[in-house]
Amino acid sequence: MSATTIRLGGKKVLASVEGLSFRYPDSQKPAVKDVSLEIGEGEVVLLAGPSGCGKSTLLRCLNGLIPHMYPGDYRGGVTVSGLKVADTPMSTLSQSVGLLFQNPENQIFMFSVERDVAFGLQNLSVPREEMRARVDEAMRLLGISDLAQRAPHELSDGQKQRAALAGVMAMRPKVIILDEPTSLLDPKTALDVVSLIGRLNRELGITFIVVEHRLELLIPIADRLIVMDSGSKVMDGPPREVLADPRVEGYGVSVPPVSRLYNALSRDGVRLPRVPETPEEMAEELNAL
Amino acid sequence: MTALSDVSLTVREGETVAIVGENGAGKTTLVRHANGLLKPTKGSVLVDGVDTRETTTATLSRKVGIAFQNPDHQLFSDSVENEVSFALRNFRFPEELVAKRLDWALNFFGLEQYRKSSPLILSGGEKKRLTLACILAWDPEVVVLDEPTVGQDSLQKEKLAQVFRMLQSTGKTIVIVSHDVEFLWPIQPRLLVMSGGRVVADGEISKIMADRELLEGARVTQPQLLRLYSGLRSRPATPFLDVPDARAWVAGGRAGRGVG
Repeated sequence: MSATTIRLGGKKVLASVEGLSFRYPDSQKPAVKDVSLEIGEGEVVLLAGPSGCGKSTLLRCLNGLIPHMYPGDYRGGVTVSGLKVADTPMSTLSQSVGLLFQNPENQIFMFSVERDVAFGLQNLSVPREEMRARVDEAMRLLGISDLAQRAPHELSDGQKQRAALAGVMAMRPKVIILDEPTSLLDPKTALDVVSLIGRLNRELGITFIVVEHRLELLIPIADRLIVMDSGSKVMDGPPREVLADPRVEGYGVSVPPVSRLYNALSRDGVRLPRVPETPEEMAEELNAL
Repeated sequence: MTALSDVSLTVREGETVAIVGENGAGKTTLVRHANGLLKPTKGSVLVDGVDTRETTTATLSRKVGIAFQNPDHQLFSDSVENEVSFALRNFRFPEELVAKRLDWALNFFGLEQYRKSSPLILSGGEKKRLTLACILAWDPEVVVLDEPTVGQDSLQKEKLAQVFRMLQSTGKTIVIVSHDVEFLWPIQPRLLVMSGGRVVADGEISKIMADRELLEGARVTQPQLLRLYSGLRSRPATPFLDVPDARAWVAGGRAGRGVG
């Protein structure tokens, strides 16, 4: 496909959104307004913005829920992994684009973890031996092989989120979309899920698009931060650069304290040698002042 | 299975108490005892001197409002306005007061445009705000918030922090369960750390948050400003509470050293 051969900073384009606008039937204003962007293969993209900025709608446009399940006024186009989303059935899209919900309880519901992990493959009528192999591989990748026979209600919240992610991984998607994957998890478990995402990205080259309000958790593994406001894409770049742009705080993005302090110090004329991503980096820079 | 074991604590009138701890530590179970939704199988819970086993949740709720972690467990009405007025009518508020409180709550939480809509069409963050609006509308003396910041952007979180200051200044008792250490830190509440159904620490947030070993066991992380403070070679006597605090210290240090 010609669309996938364009290069983006040396990376193949995996998803491209061109002049996309979408308006829900009951709404006056479009939820997404003339958004264009390209996502490279193997990128970890963090999507942020205030409630109602259109980020969930954009995710739905990327995985095909829009326009296949949600009717509305759809303009422009979305291509993922060479497939034109609007013209491709959901069952085909689901093999390229995986989706992990905020609450794993909405995603795991079978009698055992392994049945849950197999659920998507079963729906695609994947042959039995291949299903077995892909389910085992996904459970191994997520470190839950020993939980295969457990019922979902016996799992901790972190284990549930890993089981849900294993179900997505078993489909072997090129890109996984995560909608606030850590918001219900305790801070340490949230960090574990984030490092797992980082590992799947590094080792298997899977592209991740993540909506998350707790930016400080994701920034260490993100290549790119896109900020949306009122349906439009307003900022897009490496997290260090976007967070060091004074406009970012005006958009309702939960800018981590360290980045807010960096920006406040810049306004005071205190120039630190580089934009710190962690409190430890900032302490080092302040110690050297 | 025992969700809580041998928990003893006293919350005083007007106190702000935050509860942190790993998923499944028993935080939600504990706060659900506050209005009698759950009653202890051993031991007792007294609310304003009344044993929760000897009264009803309906009676206790007038005093103790709990906003649930999962809004879908709380919301059931056909419209946002009916959702908010339901409890007010149950508590037999006069109609003019119902209308006044409803207007205030919808306006304050930015839900006015959904007045006639079904709660089901709201986004996750909006549903969460609706649960808070419902509780605060009837003005309980004790406000219990289970994970109020989930799905909220920074503007909404700032608003929530404002709600806290407002509740604190009117002498309300606040109990907040939260994983969001960045949100809790500037509020400087009394902090309870729970792990495996027990309260493993209870005290000032600045002392407890400095104890890394304790935090590790309860799967809690340190707030960024405390991590920054710990990494500084020369530093003020107490940790920075918020960004302006840290900024002022840097500015002061530069002035002291004659830089800038």
